[in-house]
Amino acid sequence: MPYNEPSPLEVKVLTRRFGLADSASLDTYLATGGYEALKKALGMTPGEIIEEVKLSNLRGRGGAGFPAGTKWGFVPRDSARPKYVVANGDEGEPGTCKDRLLMEYDPHQLIEGMAIAGLAVGAHAGYIYVRGEFRYIIRILERAVEEARGRGYLGGNILGSGFGFEVYVQSGAGSYECGEESALLESLEGRRGVPRIRPPFPAVSGAFQSPTVLNNIETYSAVPAIIREGGAAFAALGTPRNGGTRLFCLSGHLNKPGVYELPMGFNLLRMIHEVGGGIPGGKRLKAVIPGGSSCPVLKAEECDIAMDFDSLAKAKSMLGSGGVVVMDEDTCMVQAARRIMEFYAHESCGWCVPCREGTNWLRRLLRRFHAGEGSRSDIDLIGDVARNILGRTFCPLGDAAAMPTIAFVEKFRDEFEAHLEGRPCPFEGRRREVPAP
Amino acid sequence: MSKLVRLEIDGKPVEVPAGTLVINAAKTVGIEIPAFCYYDGLTLQGACRMCLVEVEKSPKLVTACTLAAAEGMVVRTQTPQVVQARKAMLEFLLTNHPLDCPVCDKGGECELQDLTFRYGLGESRFLETKVHVPEKQWSAVVYYDAPRCILCYRCVRICKEGMGVSALAVVSRAVDSEIAPNMGDHLYCDECGMCIDICPVGALTSQDYRYQTRPWEMKHVGTICTHCADGCTTTLGVYNNRVIRGNNHDRTGLNGEFLCVKGRYAHDFIAHSERLKCPLMRVDGKLVEVSWSQALAEVAARFGGIRSRGGKFGVIGSTRTTNEENWYLQKFAREGLGTGNIDHHRSGDVISLLSALKGRADALAATSDLYERKAALVIGSDLAQQHPLVAFQLRANWRHHESHIYTVTRGPVREDAYSRLRVRAEAGRELAAAKSLRQALQAEPELLILFGDCVRGAAVHELVEFGDSLGIPVRYICLVDYVNSRGAMDMGLTPGLLPGYQPAAAPGLDLAGMLAAADLDALWVVGANPLKNAALAAERAFVVVQDLFLTETAARADIVLPAACAYEKTGTVTNVCGEVQRLSRAVTTMGAKPDLEIFRSLAARMGLDLGEPETDRVYAEMRRQLPVPAAGEAARGVVASAGDTLFTSGTLGRYCGVLRNVREAPGGLYQ
Repeated sequence: MPYNEPSPLEVKVLTRRFGLADSASLDTYLATGGYEALKKALGMTPGEIIEEVKLSNLRGRGGAGFPAGTKWGFVPRDSARPKYVVANGDEGEPGTCKDRLLMEYDPHQLIEGMAIAGLAVGAHAGYIYVRGEFRYIIRILERAVEEARGRGYLGGNILGSGFGFEVYVQSGAGSYECGEESALLESLEGRRGVPRIRPPFPAVSGAFQSPTVLNNIETYSAVPAIIREGGAAFAALGTPRNGGTRLFCLSGHLNKPGVYELPMGFNLLRMIHEVGGGIPGGKRLKAVIPGGSSCPVLKAEECDIAMDFDSLAKAKSMLGSGGVVVMDEDTCMVQAARRIMEFYAHESCGWCVPCREGTNWLRRLLRRFHAGEGSRSDIDLIGDVARNILGRTFCPLGDAAAMPTIAFVEKFRDEFEAHLEGRPCPFEGRRREVPAP
Repeated sequence: MSKLVRLEIDGKPVEVPAGTLVINAAKTVGIEIPAFCYYDGLTLQGACRMCLVEVEKSPKLVTACTLAAAEGMVVRTQTPQVVQARKAMLEFLLTNHPLDCPVCDKGGECELQDLTFRYGLGESRFLETKVHVPEKQWSAVVYYDAPRCILCYRCVRICKEGMGVSALAVVSRAVDSEIAPNMGDHLYCDECGMCIDICPVGALTSQDYRYQTRPWEMKHVGTICTHCADGCTTTLGVYNNRVIRGNNHDRTGLNGEFLCVKGRYAHDFIAHSERLKCPLMRVDGKLVEVSWSQALAEVAARFGGIRSRGGKFGVIGSTRTTNEENWYLQKFAREGLGTGNIDHHRSGDVISLLSALKGRADALAATSDLYERKAALVIGSDLAQQHPLVAFQLRANWRHHESHIYTVTRGPVREDAYSRLRVRAEAGRELAAAKSLRQALQAEPELLILFGDCVRGAAVHELVEFGDSLGIPVRYICLVDYVNSRGAMDMGLTPGLLPGYQPAAAPGLDLAGMLAAADLDALWVVGANPLKNAALAAERAFVVVQDLFLTETAARADIVLPAACAYEKTGTVTNVCGEVQRLSRAVTTMGAKPDLEIFRSLAARMGLDLGEPETDRVYAEMRRQLPVPAAGEAARGVVASAGDTLFTSGTLGRYCGVLRNVREAPGGLYQ
């Protein structure tokens, strides 16, 4: 049973098996073109596979949008150490809920993508690092790995090709920080999930000090289609430099929240109104967080925008991990900023000073401010503290906390002023908490 | 030597070896880049973000502590952006840090205070309630106050990397992160206090020192630790003629920042209530207090009488007295009393080693070799317990240079964890076991061989032959117990050898021989306790003891003279590697006198002209030619380590409150 009713506007590439009976089983997978890409890849050279992925304009779906083919190309060919393929399934960004579905409904697509990546970079082992809360998904993945191994799609000699590849499923330890690639590797190796100093980057020294290619679940899940149909065909689905489709997670004040696979560059307003069914109660749109909680908020008038990495970067926000959070006119922006900061202050790993202390400070400031105990100078202070975090932390989590905060203060200063000097939140009573999708 | 790269820091040209971190490259041209988490020799963290600098072509500020200098790099450390970032980091650090500096134990020597003074904002914009949790006591020594902790992870790293103990780690997350001990609520560790000393703020404090005084009220005296033979410098904090603490925060000496529990905390014996402060004389079978002149007159008269009638003297010297004292004592014995019966507690067979090496000075290792040589073979010693500095240096060598360590021990030792090969051998089989490593050792470019008391006499010659047969440069360290064990031998406190290992014309009795001689007329014991585990055969012998405490030997004495300890005198001591270092006087104990002063008073009263024991002259004696002991000497006498652990220190250990109070974590060999 799929998570939500599909939309007719969807272009189903990665999600085409969602809704099929027993979609996670190997039989269903094989009946729908499964492992054909792997067979094809076994006949290609590593260079050809990487070229195909580059041609597809597939950009990292974890949030940073780095071209996947280029990343694979960084892995040194001649390393004496073993190489690893790691899939980041630590989906923890508020507003994002797509990797879970990909793992739950189509685990073989992920496994096939990882095996192809292994073929491309010369790795013989892959790890799927799954968010600790997704207990049941670990079981689904392990069953899929078992099945694939049983029928020769994984193991020491895949389909008699002589190429060997194993996949291991590793439970995360329950921390947002473990979604950051180097912290994920620390956690994978059994240590506290704190980020590593870079360089060296994972491509050179990642898991177990060995060259590692590390991508998001959705990124690997796109690989079978790219190899099967060709990179050019995948690229053509999206906009220039933003290949393919993307799973958008629509949440917030929408009539039909859910996960929808849409071409890159899909217009955000159409996404809200035509895919997401518009805003309940006919309320007006106030703001959208376009790619998960770390992305700067867009005001309603900025929402006529193509949802791809470059267009959002131009609008000084980010496509991020595809979590589109829609907020209507009754939403308090101070409250939204506070809610987001509660998350980051709770999830900061504590490793570096500005993130550890700064997020806590902002949390306290925003709590106090929202409670009507803020002064005018606090508005500037919120922005100042956030700017003191920005660009100075050890890992991107600090930026992820600072950027949305700065945007809330800059774009909705009037709402902050409305909370000044003992005044209660003007939205009190008008709005319940943002409904869970 | 890696190749040099040229870069520019604040407009100054800098040339450093490739790979040098920018924070250190800046130091070479006198530019300070502030940092908390960076600490020389420990792994990099990049956590405190204080060392952010501008680097041309880099869009963001970069941490100078993780950035390797590269050719043509342009670094700026004083731009408005950098200055503002430092202010911001300090402001962040102070948000939850208590601002009670006037009553903080670290006040006055706090790096957070210093850097805030130099780089911080003048005021705080943080108006929220600070996070507070109560202070915790982790052991008899260590306290942790989480709110003061700035999470620089220096303590975690020094414990894991420096000490090889890993007793500390980070727990919780975000602003609730804190350091936690290995047993949940308490520590099971070496109690070395490295974590406390390395803490830049007042988060870790010691039971020994906390809230006793202010750092600027103390006199800081750098001297040599009196406990083991490694020769660490300990900087004693002295207030009101009392040693309040020991540390080596300034990283002087052979030991850098290293000190063990003894070097840091075992100084309270100085002011122990049982310390002897008045000479004692046996009257009617009981020791009673007498004046110095009375006691000295009695000793001079009795010694004079015995000498004039040709009586038999026995002299037992100390492993904790200075070279000058030892030199003077042997001269007193040989020239003043006319006896060759002189010895001390020998804990390692240095004499056989020197004899076997036949004057090859380049085959004797220095402390620096422990950190620099590419391979080391450790035979029969639990270094982490008995020679903590040696262990620390070998560990640092392994960490920084991937040196190879080989261990041959009776049981598990800490060095096992980073030994390339380890061999277990029953007592007495150690040398044979070491020889089984021949193939691996031969493949090394060079080797250090460290051996304990299990290799002695002929076995030492055999060991040197084995070393020679490897065909690689080999250097040796004979492990001895106490601060001047080596110096006692150098200074001729042995029956067969004069200072500088010159053979004595007529070798006298050794220690065991003296105790067994029923016709001994007088026994003079200076800073030793030979009667702890042995009896004196000569029941009627006149016994004089110079000591700090009423030991088993002192209790048998006819005259007890209260002596000053190593922290109360000047002079030199020689460590396990033969390095001669100076003591500094930190305090004085009213009533006790340095042994040298006692010798001189005695010589004067006996009308002896033994000359002045000037330091230079003693040096000359010590350095005279190459020390080559006479053949055969090695076989004589007993060589046995006292087997002290990190938590014992011979007689002195009994009077060190801290050593007696900590929960001991002895090495595997002692469990």
